[in-house]
Amino acid sequence: MSKAYIAGTGMAVPSRAITNDDLSKIVDTSDEWIRTRTGIKERRISMGENTSDLAYEASKIALEDAGILGSDLDMIIVATITPDCYTPSVSCMLQEKLGAVDASCFDISAACSGFIYGLRVANQFIMSNECKNILVIGAEVLSKFTNWKDRNTCILFGDGAGAVVVKKGEKEGILSVITGASGEKGKYLNCPALPLENPFYKPPTEVLSLVSMDGKEVFKFATGVMVEAIERLLRENNLTIEDIRYIVPHQANLRILNYAANKLKIDVDRFFINLDIYGNTSAASVPMALHELNNKVELKDGDKLILVGFGGGLTWGGALIVWRE
Amino acid sequence: MVFERIRDIISNLLNKDKESITLEASFDSLQVDSLELIQIIIEIEESFNIRIEDEEGLNSVKDVVDYVEKKYLDDEEGNNVRI
Repeated sequence: MSKAYIAGTGMAVPSRAITNDDLSKIVDTSDEWIRTRTGIKERRISMGENTSDLAYEASKIALEDAGILGSDLDMIIVATITPDCYTPSVSCMLQEKLGAVDASCFDISAACSGFIYGLRVANQFIMSNECKNILVIGAEVLSKFTNWKDRNTCILFGDGAGAVVVKKGEKEGILSVITGASGEKGKYLNCPALPLENPFYKPPTEVLSLVSMDGKEVFKFATGVMVEAIERLLRENNLTIEDIRYIVPHQANLRILNYAANKLKIDVDRFFINLDIYGNTSAASVPMALHELNNKVELKDGDKLILVGFGGGLTWGGALIVWRE
Repeated sequence: MVFERIRDIISNLLNKDKESITLEASFDSLQVDSLELIQIIIEIEESFNIRIEDEEGLNSVKDVVDYVEKKYLDDEEGNNVRI
């Protein structure tokens, strides 16, 4: 069986930063309320950049970091719930821009856990010797379907993209990736697609394609699965939390991370956190955080990291990786 | 006793003296915000192995104690089990 490792990372965000004070002019809220409830100070919001644009910028950086060209890619996987189009997929749009003529391309929909789902797929294709170089991207322009009248949710989300190159290698870099879902809880984090309507049928009520969330239920789910996923990854790899240099979590809410750290009996500093400046960027948050970690902290060959995410579906995912130079 | 167990949970989560958490104390007076209330509920659900469905009406420690006592006894089909 072949081995896979993360050979390069990249990220991109829109240039426009929206502060909590900016939001307090749109909805009834305040900087103090948002910071104490979420830890978020600002987020980037698209001024026209679409999901494929951010994904492209992040991908270019990841490819350069990995030292390969678009034409070296066998596969492009984009995790997104906010594609530019229903078809073509964001991954096909990227293929053209990157000149990745030999790549198979598809998008996956697992909301905030999407990047980890994509990493699991990429890992399998490399382990089974079918691919050598796979680009996995989490990219979102959540501002498209944010309900800007709902002060409980519009403060949370931001736009951005993160990308990694998963490469076949000599040393093992991805030790395990686990994923799961609780479809019966899907109603707690919901965004309808196009309404079902045609010349022969009219829906009884108007359906708007906007996000709604039951914060309490999502908080319960998130803290539960985060702790379970981290403990399972450690147990299955005969490691303890002390063996892990950083945990790179989905950047939803600082309060979720504080509570999870408390349950894991670790300092919250063991989590790499950048939600204060980007908010919750759904599928993009884990690869964006991984890229910033890679740039801000000197990761050494052999450092062990845990990636963990949770979100719409409801879905969850976790990965234990060894950093390779 | 349900009250003592709930008081311990709240005192641990909020880092407050047990004495400050009286049966009559409202969550407002304890400065519990909505996310802390969720955490209290998660801990109580795990501790008593019950599910709390409607948090909206829970405004004080007594509300929670009454809810848990009723729920726990209901779940045991009225058997007056010692908690």
